[in-house]
Amino acid sequence: MTQTRHEPTGQAAMKMHQLITADGTRVGDELLDPFVQDVDENTLTSLYRDMVVIRRIDVEATALQRQGQVALWPPMLGQEASQVGSVRAVEKDDFIFPTYRENGVAYIRGAKLPGIMGTWRGNMNTGWDPYEVNMATPQIIIGAQTLHATGYAMGIAMEGKEAMAIAYLGDGATSQGDVHESMVFAASFQAPVVFFCQNNHWAISEPVGLQSAVPIAGRAPGYGIPGLQVDGNDVLAVLAATRWAARRARSGGGPSFIEAVTYRMGPHTTADDPTRYRGVTELEEWAAKDPLDRLRTYLLNAGMLDAAGEAAIAADADAVAAELRDACINIPDPEPMSAFADIYVDAHPVLDREREQYRRYLASFAGQPGAGHQVQGSAS
Amino acid sequence: MSKLSLTQAINAGLRRAMEEDPKVVLMGEDIGTLGGVFRVTDGLMKDFGSHRVIDTPLAESAIIGTAVGLAYRGFRPVCEIQFDGFIYPGFDQIVSQVAKLHARTHGKVRMPLTIRVPFGGGIGSPEHHSESPEAYFVHTSGLRVISPSNPQDAYTMLRQAIASDDPVLYFEPKRRYHTKGEVDLDAALSAAPLMGAARVVAPGTDVTLVSYGPLVRTALDAATAATADGVSVEVIDLRSLSPVDYAPIMESVRRTGRLVIAHEAGKTLGLGAEIAATITERCFNYLESAPVRITGFDIPYPPSKLEKHHLPDLDRMLDGVDRALGRTNSQTGMED
Repeated sequence: MTQTRHEPTGQAAMKMHQLITADGTRVGDELLDPFVQDVDENTLTSLYRDMVVIRRIDVEATALQRQGQVALWPPMLGQEASQVGSVRAVEKDDFIFPTYRENGVAYIRGAKLPGIMGTWRGNMNTGWDPYEVNMATPQIIIGAQTLHATGYAMGIAMEGKEAMAIAYLGDGATSQGDVHESMVFAASFQAPVVFFCQNNHWAISEPVGLQSAVPIAGRAPGYGIPGLQVDGNDVLAVLAATRWAARRARSGGGPSFIEAVTYRMGPHTTADDPTRYRGVTELEEWAAKDPLDRLRTYLLNAGMLDAAGEAAIAADADAVAAELRDACINIPDPEPMSAFADIYVDAHPVLDREREQYRRYLASFAGQPGAGHQVQGSAS
Repeated sequence: MSKLSLTQAINAGLRRAMEEDPKVVLMGEDIGTLGGVFRVTDGLMKDFGSHRVIDTPLAESAIIGTAVGLAYRGFRPVCEIQFDGFIYPGFDQIVSQVAKLHARTHGKVRMPLTIRVPFGGGIGSPEHHSESPEAYFVHTSGLRVISPSNPQDAYTMLRQAIASDDPVLYFEPKRRYHTKGEVDLDAALSAAPLMGAARVVAPGTDVTLVSYGPLVRTALDAATAATADGVSVEVIDLRSLSPVDYAPIMESVRRTGRLVIAHEAGKTLGLGAEIAATITERCFNYLESAPVRITGFDIPYPPSKLEKHHLPDLDRMLDGVDRALGRTNSQTGMED
C-alpha cells in the first residue's frame, strides 16, 4: 500500500487562474479579465460585504450548534470566495443544485434564515421553496445532485431556452460514480451545465490526493468538457470563471468544469475533529491565503474601503447574525402529524390508514396532563 | 377494440401519453433506433424525434438521476431499465432521490417519473435478466409500484402511471410480453379502474389466491385445474404492489377463510410476507388456516435450466391450495 497522497501528483500542475493575489494585489489574467470588466467599486465592496456576512452566519451557526440549538452544522469557513463569487455569476433563471455546505450560496440566492437553519435544527427537511429561489434542496448523498443538474440542463436545451444549471460538488464527490455519469451525459447531450467543484482539500478526513491522482479540473477534458482551475479564495477570479462557464452554457457551448482551489478551515461538520488528521502548519499556510483578508487589503489600498465602511459592513453582519439566532431559536417544533405530509401527491391507502391510526393514538391522550403537543398534533 | 400483445399495448400507451403531453419524454438504453431490446418502444423515435425518445449512454444511475433533473424542470420522464437486474446501479437515485424529493421539499417539487422495469423469469436468460426486485421499492415510502398482468391493464396502467404526479415503478411481466388480448385504446382513463385497485379475476368460494404480474396467468390456470378437483379458488390480481389494495382481499378472505399468495420473488420479506401479516392482523378471526406463501426460493436466480424448479408453477400453486385446505401436501409431516 502506498502512502496516502495529500495532493494530486500524477500530472504537472495546471495553470491556476487568479486576479487578486493572497497579498491583495490585482494581477492580470488573459482568460478571466474580460469577464470582470464591468466590476466597479460598488460591486467589489458588495462582494466583500457578502463574504463578511456569510462568514458571520457561519460563526453564529457554529456557536448555535455548540450551544445545543442546532443538531449539526457544516461550516464554510475559508470557502466564502468560492461561494460568493460563483453564486453572484448565476442569473435568476438559472437553477442551482447544491451540496449541504452551500449555506452561503443559499443565503445570497434569497433563502430565508429560518429556512436555512430549520434544516440543521431538525425542524424541517428543507427550508425554502426550490422554485422561489431556483435552488434545489441541500444534498447529502455525495454527488447525486450533479445528475439532477445535468438533467435539468438537458431540459433547458430541449426547450431551447437560454439558461443553465450549476452543480456544486466537492473534491471528494469526484470519486463518486454519479459525477462520472453526469459528465458523460453532460458531454453527450451538450447540456448547459456548470460543474463547480470546491476543492477544499478534505473529504472529512480523506485528502484530495486520495480522490484524484491528477488535478481535478484536469479530468474534465477526458469527457470532452473544458476544465478550468481557479484560485477559490479569490472572489473576483471565481466570479470571472463562473461567468466564463455560464456564457459557454447559455450560448450553446455545452458543459464546463471549474475547480475552485480553496480550503475548509473548520471541520467537515461540527461533529468532526480535524485535529486528528491534519496539521497546524497546513492551516497556517491557508490562513495566509484567506479570501476576506486579500479583498479587504485590495479595497483598502485602492481607497474603496475605509474604517467607516468596514464598521458599517460589520454592523450589517452582526444584524444578520442576530436575526439568524432569533430565527433559529424561535422556529416552532413541527406538528406530529406533519411527519405524514407530502409523502405522496395522491392518496396512498396503506399510509393513510397508518396516519389515521396514529392520529387516533395521539387523540387518546387528550385531556391528560402534559399531553398538549399530542392533542395539538391530533388536530392537524 | 384491438387485439394487441402486451408489448404492443405498452407501446400504444407510451404513444398516447406522448401525443397528449409534450412534456413526456422517454429515456433509456437502446430505446431509440433499436426500439428497445424487447421492441417496446419500436417506432417512437421515428415519430417523436430523438429529443423525446432519448437513447442514453449505458448508465442506470444517470438515466434516473437526469430524469430527476428533467422532472425538476417540469418534464414527465419515462425511464426504461433494460432488465430487472440492471436496476441496482440506479437504486440510490430511486430510493434516495426520486422517492423522497416530494417529502424533502415539503411538497414543492414533484417527481412524476415512470420507471419501466421488465421483470421476472421464465425466458431462459442468463443471470441479472430474470429477477424480481419489486420488494425493495415497495419497502420505500414515496414510490408507487404497479405490475400489469394483461395487455389492457398494461396500456391503461401505464397511462395512469405517466399521468400520476407520484413516481411509479412499472414492473412489466416480460414472459407475458407476447400474450395477446383485447385492448380498448380509446376508453377514457377516468372510466378505468384505479391504478392502485386490485381486481378479482376469477370468482371462487374455498380459497383466495392472490398474485400479480406474470403469475396471474398461472394462478388462473391453477384455479381451473382445482375446479376439476372440486375446489373453488378465487383469484385476485393485485395490480398495485404499493399501495396494496387490501379491501378486496379482506372481503374475499372473510368469505373463503383461506389465503394463498404467489410471487416469483424470494419468500423472505417478499410482498407475500407483508400481505400474510396484514391479513392475519385484520382478518384473524375469519381465517380457517394460516396464510400460505408460494414463492421463489431464497436463492440467487438460478441458471435457466433450473428456473422451472424455482418459479412457482401450476402444481406448486395447487400444493399451496392443499396446504391452505389442510389436505395432504408437500409439507405434511414437517413439524416445524
